[in-house]
Amino acid sequence: MTSFSRTDPSILGRWWWTLDRSALLVLTLLFAVGAILTVAASPGAAERIGLEPFHFVRHQFVFMAPAMLIMLAVSLLSPRGVRRLATLVFAAGLALVVATHFAGVEIKGASRWLSLAGFTFQPSEFVKPCFAVVAAWMFAEYRESENFPGRAIASVLLLIVVALLLMQPDFGMAVTVTAVWFVQFFLAGLSLWWVGLAAVLTLGAVTAAYSIFPHVANRIDLFIDPSSGDSYQVSTSLKAFQQGGLLGRGPGEGIVKGYLPDAHTDFIFAVAAEEFGMLAALAIVGLFFFIVLRGLTRVVREADLFVLLAVAGLLTQFGLQALINMGVTVQLLPAKGMTLPFVSYGGSSLVASALGMGMVLALTRSGYRDKSSAK
Amino acid sequence: MSDLSVRPWRHAANDMSLDEGDEKLSARQARRPLETARTRLFVAGAIFTLCFVILGGRLVQLSLLGGGQNQERAAEHQGGLLTLQRADIVDRNGALLATNLPSHSLYVNPSQVLDAVEAADKITRILPELSRDKVLRKASATGQFAWIKRNLTPDQHYAINRLGLPGFSFEREERRVYPHGSLFVHTLGFAGIDNAGLAGLEAARDDDLKQIAKTPDGKMVTALDSRVQHIVHAELSAAMATFKAKGAAGIVMDVHSGEVLALSSLPDFNPYELDSSIADQRFNRATLGVYELGSTFKAFTTAMALEYGVVDINDRYDATKPLKVARFTIRDDHPQNRWLDVPEIFVHSSNIGAAQMARDVGAERQKDFLARLGMLSPLPFELAENGKPLSPRHWREINTMTIGYGHGIAVTPLHLISGFATLVNGGMRTTPTLLRRPVTQTGERVIARETSDAMRMLMRMVVEQGTGKQAEAEGYLVGGKTGTAEKATVGGYKKDALITTFVGAFPMDAPRYAVLVMLDEPHGNDATHGLAAAGWNAAPVFGRIVSQIAPMLGVMPLLPSGEEQQQDQTQRLLVRADGKGRNFASF
Repeated sequence: MTSFSRTDPSILGRWWWTLDRSALLVLTLLFAVGAILTVAASPGAAERIGLEPFHFVRHQFVFMAPAMLIMLAVSLLSPRGVRRLATLVFAAGLALVVATHFAGVEIKGASRWLSLAGFTFQPSEFVKPCFAVVAAWMFAEYRESENFPGRAIASVLLLIVVALLLMQPDFGMAVTVTAVWFVQFFLAGLSLWWVGLAAVLTLGAVTAAYSIFPHVANRIDLFIDPSSGDSYQVSTSLKAFQQGGLLGRGPGEGIVKGYLPDAHTDFIFAVAAEEFGMLAALAIVGLFFFIVLRGLTRVVREADLFVLLAVAGLLTQFGLQALINMGVTVQLLPAKGMTLPFVSYGGSSLVASALGMGMVLALTRSGYRDKSSAK
Repeated sequence: MSDLSVRPWRHAANDMSLDEGDEKLSARQARRPLETARTRLFVAGAIFTLCFVILGGRLVQLSLLGGGQNQERAAEHQGGLLTLQRADIVDRNGALLATNLPSHSLYVNPSQVLDAVEAADKITRILPELSRDKVLRKASATGQFAWIKRNLTPDQHYAINRLGLPGFSFEREERRVYPHGSLFVHTLGFAGIDNAGLAGLEAARDDDLKQIAKTPDGKMVTALDSRVQHIVHAELSAAMATFKAKGAAGIVMDVHSGEVLALSSLPDFNPYELDSSIADQRFNRATLGVYELGSTFKAFTTAMALEYGVVDINDRYDATKPLKVARFTIRDDHPQNRWLDVPEIFVHSSNIGAAQMARDVGAERQKDFLARLGMLSPLPFELAENGKPLSPRHWREINTMTIGYGHGIAVTPLHLISGFATLVNGGMRTTPTLLRRPVTQTGERVIARETSDAMRMLMRMVVEQGTGKQAEAEGYLVGGKTGTAEKATVGGYKKDALITTFVGAFPMDAPRYAVLVMLDEPHGNDATHGLAAAGWNAAPVFGRIVSQIAPMLGVMPLLPSGEEQQQDQTQRLLVRADGKGRNFASF
């Protein structure tokens, strides 16, 4: 790689020198962490449901190289290219989400998955990052073009996405998408009056969700009073953290992964803490924190509002998902199925995360201006 | 760049972020949204930072501090499993004396039994102690419930569960376990199958034990010392065999606090084999049995006479011939046939002298004195088995005189040792207790310190020169008094049925522990030249017990080469006792 000269005019040369290389390094580390933890956590889960132990491992590793390639390929794009790609994938993803209602595979009481060539995949995972880019585009255009109803379009799109997600039902993702949309709106200059109102509305929405969706009510009840019902996963997860201590039980020595149903997906962080200890867990938290903060500090100097909003949206989604996932495993938040980007088992999640981070890498390339996209 | 001020289709309300002033400053309009976005980006970054820091903090709390509330909940949960019905009982050093273990009991619901014969066969193969017919009868009876066997061992539980017999089920119960078996059976007593205390401390403190069980880690701490108990038990057992005695009792007590470190009554029984024990084994000779304890009472008579100033330590009594009082004749067992002074009366255990001393004190004062020593009423001891002393209803002169040498009054051995503790501890009333009690909690004064000093001297002389020579435990300066009493039966005393006692304390220069040894109907043997008096059996047992327990209890022995030093000790003792420096050792 170092063979590129700083003045290398080729696409790859320009890419390398303008890229946020430390973010790329940290993302690569996250890939590695995901690989290690999948090996650590998933054989137990696979055996428990009668699959051969390395079923999940192989399944996940199949997706790893493509995901990495997708991330790198997307990071080559110009902001305009990112915008076009996001719009396309968003449209296609939305169509597929609609399709899940007719041709979906139901897993654990929700129809979020489509079966494709032997793999099941979850189109909503791809809608998530792409919607952030599309919404950023709309908000930026509202500011910069005359007579353009960007805010209205972004809001209508949000309503469609949320409605589709709630029908699956996928409450967690609906909340994530809404939160990201709101952060972008906030950055795009939403009046503080509306921010206050949104806070009130959020409270109202939570109350409404609590009374409308029984599984939401159940989770929140359990969070407030864990003894009110079966909080098996969370209490087992807490035990993992307590038993892991500072340095962990050692690789492969974990116990909870043997009986924690979602050890390889939503509770993989607990497995990490039990086997590798608090320091490793803090390091993982640090990787996520680094990516979020690194991206945000880079776009503060950004002159293009679209780029700023898109990156902020993508990172908010990434950071929020990581925070919620880890927050649930340590019982800071009510139990909510949310994957840990790049780490949890799940092909769709991995590829979609790679897509999102690829777009962040593309949009945060320094000193690189795609003049055409500003206007 | 578009001109934002010209947006005719947009309603003002839709654009609340821009106030009216902005609409006119078109030069800043292009920068303004970016400025806002950048400022707000800092807010977003700050919130993210805060969230990640909270997450990190929670991780540290969970991993290193155990997660606070949740661990408490876990502990509560565990505690819930381990809540037992009765608290553990431990000795003064924390050694476990009694505990509860979870167990399973087998019962049958006859209405669900398919094949009673097969079931009875299979169960009696695992539990051969059960009668097959009985099990069969229970299994084929009408009704819903009958116990088959309570408190199975884990092995039995497993084996029967494995049979998979319909109608036979288990009830989780608790079983009282005494790790020392019979060693403490006369102090702890025992709890029955339903965990109710039925004897001893278990019965007397039944409610306390159930209350303490509800507190986390609660246990009842007794004053007992299992090491001392073991030695007392072993020595008494050996003595019973050596002297072919019917029974024995032994007590070790802290003379200041009244704490009972050891208490044994033989024969005893295994608390697990209650059904096969006989009444004599269940009878507590140390606390429930009342006996005429004979010459040991001369200690009380002497102390009483000195305390009331009726005699001076140098006063003498005529012991040249048996004393005739009304139709009774009082004789000496070790007749000296001369005038004896007070120390001689005590050391040679003269009945004649003691009777005259008691007579000179008088009935009323004697009664009052014994009452203040606690000799006339049951002790407030923490056992269900507390004997009530027997004393004359009409306390005549002859009663006064016989009580002066320990006849005509019957008390428990525990009464006797408590009285002796009072005599030697400086004169403060000692009330025995089975539980821990701080030394600061002393009773009322019964005798003056000077009287107590004199009694210590006299008791030491009994071992040095008198009837208790065999009680000597070298280096520990023991002192005490022998007592050999014929057992009272209907219409008189049995010549060949004796109660022999040695009660005393050590070390006599500053007493810390009182020890009592009592043998019920000991017999002489070749080693004792056929003699069965206390000096030949109870006294040597006392000596052996002291020489073993004193090192454990941290009592320093006098130096082995310290013949002189021992002399000095006695000297000091005597000087203090006399107040005038007269050396009683010359007697």
